[in-house]
Amino acid sequence: MTTKLFGAKVPRVEDQRFLRGQGRYVDDLLHDDPRLLHAAVLRSPHAHARIVDIDVSDVLDLDGVLAVWTWEDLTGPMAEPLPLLIPHPALTEGRTQYALAKDEVNYVGEAIAFVVAVDRYVAEDAVSRIRVDYEYLQPVVGIAAARAATRLVHDDVPGNVGARMEQENGDARAAIAAAPHTLHLELDVERSACTPMEGRGTVARWDPDTSRLTVWSSTQTSTGVRGCVAAKLGLDLAKVDVITPDVGGGFGVKVVHPWPEELLVPLAAMTLGRPVKFTEDRREHFISSAHERAQQHVVDVGFDDDGRVLGLNVEFWHDHGAYTPYGLIVPIITSTQLLGPYKPQNYRVVFESLYTNTVIVTPYRGAGRPQGCFVMERTMDAIAAYLGKDRTEVRSTNFIQPDEFPYEHGLVFQDGRELTYDSGDYPASLAKLKELVGWDEFEDLRAEMAAQGRRVGIGLACYVEGTGVGPYEGAHVHVETSGKVKVATGLTTQGQGHQTAFAQIVADTLGVRFEDVEITTGDTRKMPYAVGTFASRAAVMSGSAIHLAALRAREKALRIAAEALEASEDDLDIVDGVVSVRGTDATIDLGTVAVLSNPLRYAFDEASKAATQFTVGDPGKPPVAEDDEPGLEGKDFYSPPRSTFANGMHAVIVETDPETAEITILKYAVVHDCGHLINPMIVEGQIHGGVAQGVGGALYERMVYDDSGQLLNASFMDFLMPYVTEVPTSIDIDHLETPSPLNPLGIKGAGEAGVIPSAAVFAAAIEDAEGFPITAMPISPSELFALRLEHADDTHATALGS
Amino acid sequence: MSTAVPEEIHDVRLHVNGAVHEVAVPARRLLSDALRHDCGLTGTHVGCEHGVCGACTVLVDGTPVRSCLMFAVSAVDAEITTVEGLTEADGSLSPVQQGFSDCHGLQCGFCTPGFLTTITAGLRDNPDPSEDEAREMIAGNLCRCTGYQNIVKSVLRASEIQREIERERGGTA
Amino acid sequence: MKPAPFAYLRPSTLEEALAALAGEQGAKVLAGGQSLVPLLSMRLAAPSMLVDINALPGLGDVTCDASGVRVGALARHAEVLASVAAAEVQPLLAMALSHVAHPTIRNRGTTVGSLVHADAAAEMPMVLQLLGGSVDVASVRGRRTIPAAELFAGPLESTLAHDEIAVEASFPALPAGAGVAFQEIARRHGDYALVGVAALVETDGDDVTRVRLGFVSVSDVPVVVDVTDAVRDPAGDPAARALAELEPADDIHATAAYRAHLVKVLVPKVLAAATDHARQGKDA
Repeated sequence: MTTKLFGAKVPRVEDQRFLRGQGRYVDDLLHDDPRLLHAAVLRSPHAHARIVDIDVSDVLDLDGVLAVWTWEDLTGPMAEPLPLLIPHPALTEGRTQYALAKDEVNYVGEAIAFVVAVDRYVAEDAVSRIRVDYEYLQPVVGIAAARAATRLVHDDVPGNVGARMEQENGDARAAIAAAPHTLHLELDVERSACTPMEGRGTVARWDPDTSRLTVWSSTQTSTGVRGCVAAKLGLDLAKVDVITPDVGGGFGVKVVHPWPEELLVPLAAMTLGRPVKFTEDRREHFISSAHERAQQHVVDVGFDDDGRVLGLNVEFWHDHGAYTPYGLIVPIITSTQLLGPYKPQNYRVVFESLYTNTVIVTPYRGAGRPQGCFVMERTMDAIAAYLGKDRTEVRSTNFIQPDEFPYEHGLVFQDGRELTYDSGDYPASLAKLKELVGWDEFEDLRAEMAAQGRRVGIGLACYVEGTGVGPYEGAHVHVETSGKVKVATGLTTQGQGHQTAFAQIVADTLGVRFEDVEITTGDTRKMPYAVGTFASRAAVMSGSAIHLAALRAREKALRIAAEALEASEDDLDIVDGVVSVRGTDATIDLGTVAVLSNPLRYAFDEASKAATQFTVGDPGKPPVAEDDEPGLEGKDFYSPPRSTFANGMHAVIVETDPETAEITILKYAVVHDCGHLINPMIVEGQIHGGVAQGVGGALYERMVYDDSGQLLNASFMDFLMPYVTEVPTSIDIDHLETPSPLNPLGIKGAGEAGVIPSAAVFAAAIEDAEGFPITAMPISPSELFALRLEHADDTHATALGS
Repeated sequence: MSTAVPEEIHDVRLHVNGAVHEVAVPARRLLSDALRHDCGLTGTHVGCEHGVCGACTVLVDGTPVRSCLMFAVSAVDAEITTVEGLTEADGSLSPVQQGFSDCHGLQCGFCTPGFLTTITAGLRDNPDPSEDEAREMIAGNLCRCTGYQNIVKSVLRASEIQREIERERGGTA
Repeated sequence: MKPAPFAYLRPSTLEEALAALAGEQGAKVLAGGQSLVPLLSMRLAAPSMLVDINALPGLGDVTCDASGVRVGALARHAEVLASVAAAEVQPLLAMALSHVAHPTIRNRGTTVGSLVHADAAAEMPMVLQLLGGSVDVASVRGRRTIPAAELFAGPLESTLAHDEIAVEASFPALPAGAGVAFQEIARRHGDYALVGVAALVETDGDDVTRVRLGFVSVSDVPVVVDVTDAVRDPAGDPAARALAELEPADDIHATAAYRAHLVKVLVPKVLAAATDHARQGKDA
């Protein structure tokens, strides 16, 4: 009897190739093809300038250089601005860049010219020979400058405002005015970025024999890349294949498409008749991919004596950088997911999305939720402090209760659907978290540490995350005559272990051996309709689609097997790829069933020979019945009515050094509810990674621009991603499994969860340790030191100070 | 602007994973690029090209070194081991590789080769590390996926596997 | 991020190397390359020629005697750090070296290379300066010894002529009755220090006779401050005395005020530790 694999810690099949150095990432492809060419890009050294002249006359003299493109060389759709992927009625002033800058540049790093040469070294030599005359313009850097609007990023966008959006449920301002207590908070979050270990990259090959273009890209959406490459290059969709090979991390940045290089590489490959590769280097990744997180928020809240929120009014300003290819997704998520597990009686949110002369802003793991969580959880802490109540008590008072699901917030979510939570049990999660971190015992620890001259603080933060956003994913399950099961789903993989988790689902649903299942992702040749891997959607969307497709294959297998074995379908089991009639010795292998499913029965293999003993089909009818197809396959799509909402709560105990202001993590606890777990090992790995990324975002990482728009820390030397020495030595995790009613497996997404509450939870703990408010994140020891000086007259700080 | 002078090409004999690779490269070819593109050993990954991330770490005469901070022409006299050379002769995973597989020590796999080479040398020098020592062993390598929790466990598991193998060898001897 | 082209020479004798350097104005020496190669890859430096000294004989030794530790041009940080004899003769070497980047960088990076790179944010130039060591350099014009006090010309600038190769550094031994200590604060483990402080305390019986402090990352060049008077004066403030000669600056990781504060935090700690060290040495 096969044990159920759904829910088991199955070791990952993809590890075998990764551990042997046999992964195939985009820069590994075609490395032994002597015809392969390499690209490099001239990028703007200025944040804001008009391009007066570009002189490329020296470039082609250089031995080994084959071609150079500027905007002047582009024609047709390639000469038009890149697409605005997700338009929104509120985005009245959306702007996108050109594949190569036309007339002006709006951030340091914007692509200006594209060079193709025999290797990357020579390509870079060539780039250094291009001379550009600029007319410098004053840049707009940071939210304050954008709001002041004394200078404009785009001449035709007044006030630098790309969008203004407002949503309200009830009458928040009236409720606040009438509330017994009110508070006003100003809360800021700085820029950061995904920084996967592998940057962007694209390889393209034009095959003149078949007139087909193959593009390999390190992307989170193969189908999206395929669509835009075909449209921009004027090719029929059927002539373009996009394959996502192994991807060295994404975290959001690789969902943006098309990057200029994703179009220019195929263009060059077609023009030159040779394969072309672009591999982004680390500095390029900092200045020419995407950032996120920078927002400034103003909160007014009204509440009663119990801390119950009666009215919440949030205004915020979102820095979206120089262009808006990804629309308003990030600020819309902040504005809706800010509510977390709470039910303010009246809520109003309004934001402006602002242009600045900096790198574009697109979703980074969490996608606006970390900022929303920071705002809401800081507000909860402020209410608790004001009322002198325990912080968990104020939260409990405001929780949506388990019997209130589905809970409608009266707002519209990122997917254009009503913001309606499907399930959750927040009081149970909080109880687990308090236990896990030792919330009720913390004052003893604080006293004990204080006696040693040490300063500690505890914080918690709760979040709800809309996951599994639509519109759909599909899957195709094919049982070969060997009994091997080949499964394709169109979304991509960046390390989430899809080859394992999806195979677990197929093994269970179809009744085959896990080892016989092979999953292919991100290949438009196998599955041309797909969306992509982002928004914690892969397990929910493709997991469900694969389950449904496997059910269809199973149905067909049972139908054919029942006929062959002359038994009722109801009496059949499929275990380890063998169909058997319950209570008898009669069996048939799935591979044999696959043979029987296809009237063209050449005896190529043993399964075909074995099939000769069975007969299926009515000799009076066509070999393939009207409502049937040859082959043992199943194909289906999953399209949910709306997102499913996962939730979680984190708590951290930090120590702040009274002298150096260094911040040390003593304990980190996570309670996480993403419904049923397909593979708990993989889910925990996702949480670990999210927490570490959150530690980076809270305590180490930021994008530092100077006033001229230069990114001052565009390297791993100065953008301080945590090493093992900076992350918690252990992360205590407890799970709740509140199934989603929206999908057949009861699952919710887990990919982004770990990073969402970080800024909030660290701010809370540092505030608790120090005794003064923390209103801006990230925070460094230097900044904490400055805050101490600022609050040196506060009694609490003085009492704790040494 | 200077005129293009053809770059001098150096014939370099690289000893990698016990095999000899004769490559013709300009002096500026980074060892990481030579391994990947000239020797075809694409298991060594390039994450930053300024020596911070550690993804490109290989063993040079048994010692972990950033291959992005060495030129191929400087590696002539060295015996180099890349991730491809860690696998046992029979194709099975080495104890360090197996430790990562057992403990889910990798996700996207991009930083993994640098960790594997670094830990292989680390466990040679300190076969039985404490948890703190395991952390210290990997403290110079960046990973963006795992939060390092399971990499630390993988180091300890690899050490355990090594001990199991030693015991078995001792038992059968 | 690929280096610009350069000519390359890998000589097998020092004479050959020196001749090559003398003959090419734009040539640079390649030893460990851990600071140089990133600069080349970012095209912040583009020498016309690299003279790779890694094949030169006799430059890889770490030799110790009563007078001190001599470190050859090709001795890697890791080898100096691993030398038990060096740690005995001059314990400050190991104390500081354990803070130099990460082990993988120390496996390739050379201590002498770090000295002539003359980075005031690096540990070893400060150590040489504090201990009053020196660097032996060679050129086709002959050999000379540059005392630490004359080695550092400015930010990332040493006083070596372009045709000179630093062949050996000398770190004086810890005098009898003396003690050393080092501490630094960095953003991440292994990063350049926000502030680093070393102390060299000399005693005679119970008497503290001479106290010097060396600083990392609070000035353009490695700075050593003699705080003997401030230590011997019960009302003295050695950190304030030192700060009078330091120039902490703002950067993206810390403000000048925070750096000055860290100087005040670290100075008493390293003074106490170095004084303890001096007394332990005497007891032993």
